[in-house]
Amino acid sequence: MNIENQQNLLQVEGLRTVFETRAGTVCAVDGVNVTVRRGECLGVVGESGSGKSVTFGSVMGLIRSPGRIDAGRILFDGKDLRELDARQMRAIRGRDIAMTMQDALTALNPALTVGEQLAEVMEAHDGDLPTGRSARKRAIRERSAEMLGLVGIPSPDTRLRQYPHEFSGGMRQRIMIAIALASRPRLLIADEPTTALDVTIQAQVLELISDIRAKLGMSVVLITHDLGVVSEYCDRVMVMYAGQIVEQGATADVVCRPKHPYTKGLLGSLPRLSLRGQAINPIEGQVPELINLPKQCRFYSRCRERAPECLQVIGMQDAGNGQFARCIRVKGEDIK
Amino acid sequence: MSLARFIERLLQLIPVLLGVSAIVFVMITLTPGDPVEIMIGDQIVTPEQEEALRRDLGLDRPMLERFGLFLGNAVQGDFGESFYHRRPVAEVIAERLPATIELSLVALLVALFTAIPLGVLAAIKKNSIFDRMATVGSLLGVSLPGFWFGILLLMLFAVHLQILPVSGRIGFSSEIEPITHFLLIDTLLRGRPDAFLDALSHIILPAITLGLPMTAILMRVTRTSMLEVLRQDYITFAEAKGLSRHRILWRHALKNALIPTVSVAAIETGSLLGGNMIVETVFGWPGLGRLVVESIFVRNYPLVQAAVLFYAVTYVLLNFIADILYTVLNPRVKL
Repeated sequence: MNIENQQNLLQVEGLRTVFETRAGTVCAVDGVNVTVRRGECLGVVGESGSGKSVTFGSVMGLIRSPGRIDAGRILFDGKDLRELDARQMRAIRGRDIAMTMQDALTALNPALTVGEQLAEVMEAHDGDLPTGRSARKRAIRERSAEMLGLVGIPSPDTRLRQYPHEFSGGMRQRIMIAIALASRPRLLIADEPTTALDVTIQAQVLELISDIRAKLGMSVVLITHDLGVVSEYCDRVMVMYAGQIVEQGATADVVCRPKHPYTKGLLGSLPRLSLRGQAINPIEGQVPELINLPKQCRFYSRCRERAPECLQVIGMQDAGNGQFARCIRVKGEDIK
Repeated sequence: MSLARFIERLLQLIPVLLGVSAIVFVMITLTPGDPVEIMIGDQIVTPEQEEALRRDLGLDRPMLERFGLFLGNAVQGDFGESFYHRRPVAEVIAERLPATIELSLVALLVALFTAIPLGVLAAIKKNSIFDRMATVGSLLGVSLPGFWFGILLLMLFAVHLQILPVSGRIGFSSEIEPITHFLLIDTLLRGRPDAFLDALSHIILPAITLGLPMTAILMRVTRTSMLEVLRQDYITFAEAKGLSRHRILWRHALKNALIPTVSVAAIETGSLLGGNMIVETVFGWPGLGRLVVESIFVRNYPLVQAAVLFYAVTYVLLNFIADILYTVLNPRVKL
């Protein structure tokens, strides 16, 4: 194993995840390569249905029938997760790779106390808990209180006995993060951690994730459709469109010098205070259906820079400096 | 639950009981057949003797006056005297009640302990052969008439295979001095495991017959709500936490899926009361249900009235319990 591979905590190669439907096979993720390095924060951007969540759902082994992983390797710490059986995969889920979901209100079980939902992660994964029953209980209690403290929830002793509905939206998100972090994972997949929150709370939650990442030295995958969030918190970014990666690179490069017309469109559609009074500039058209896609650029029908050459299979083009884009114009001039 | 809410529920009982009493009173009085004639039967009596009997039972007075008398006495806890037994109705009912409660509870347990696991399994194995069989089975369970299913069981286990008794609560040789009047408990308290098994063998067929429709309904409810729950985000999140399948199903999913099941079970327990009349008659079970059926046949007005009133109170109380259970299981609801 060379040095570069050792830096990669997660390496996904050629991932293809499909869903069988009556209308045909929907290819939600088509040939995606992802690398997440140790300690880094990777942003994953794209519209709903672009395959962001399915990609990382596949990594977690959470794709349920009628969906299945059709091809690809998912290497975590050098081990191919697809070759593990259910029990081995359970040992990794929640312990080495943890996940938070978009809406904490629906992701927390309404019928169980927050304390129980936190404790069960430690019960399931923590090898260094004491063996005696009461000592074990006490250790879990202490750790749970510590976790709530870490995510900034005061008076943990009362809070642990409460149910999710007794907390505000931002608090619930923090609790979900506490649960995800309870087993000190090496990789946190945060699926739209802020979408369901007020703007003021959004910043708090992102700061929290960022702080804890620094403290625990874990890697973070931040799935979002907010490029503003990405530019603030992520080292690298990956833009997805219709099941493929269309652009990836260092955040500064992608945000300041986007190569793919879709990335440019996303950046162009952000509302900006400096452009007050001007209309927001959305991307025209819709994401194509993911059934029976033609072998051409998937953004073709919406692209402002399309050309006859785009009607063929387009691979990722090297734009230098670790930036790649799936567009024939990468090598050409930089149209801003 | 607040005290005010509790009192409100109790006050709601008053109009229910008044209405039930009035309806039963009118219906039983309008039913053709004269209790005095039934009591006399084939005996030869003079018109004066017949009149004396009628006066003795209070049946010579006008209907409204009789209803007023009944209400006035009932409020004071006096439900009159059974025409047939010539003893206070309350006493006769109290004697028969333990047998009915015991049978209903065992039927309820049978229903819960078969319906919940079957419903969960059907949901997990959705659209499998097992699921389809369970669906057909539950349809049969709801539609089979209790008297027919009971007789079928009797023919198979009591007549053909001869491994279970035909009727009654306990065999003659196993009779014991009652303590709680619940035979399954008393036999154990008296240290008679043989008698306990005897009582158990007597109760099993009627309990299955009585519990069958409830089992079917509860299984459907459990299956549906379990399917609903398994689609929820918190199940995916529980999986993402790396919990065992066992814990996800029986702790995360079932605790939520049981909320509707338990509510329906509490309400359906009321319907066991109606089933009791048929099942107790088929299996010769000496409970309240059979007593009521017999009393209707001989136009034993006071007993039927009191029994129906008792059923109504029980039904309302069960609904009340259903509400309380709902809040206990569902931390989001406060009554």
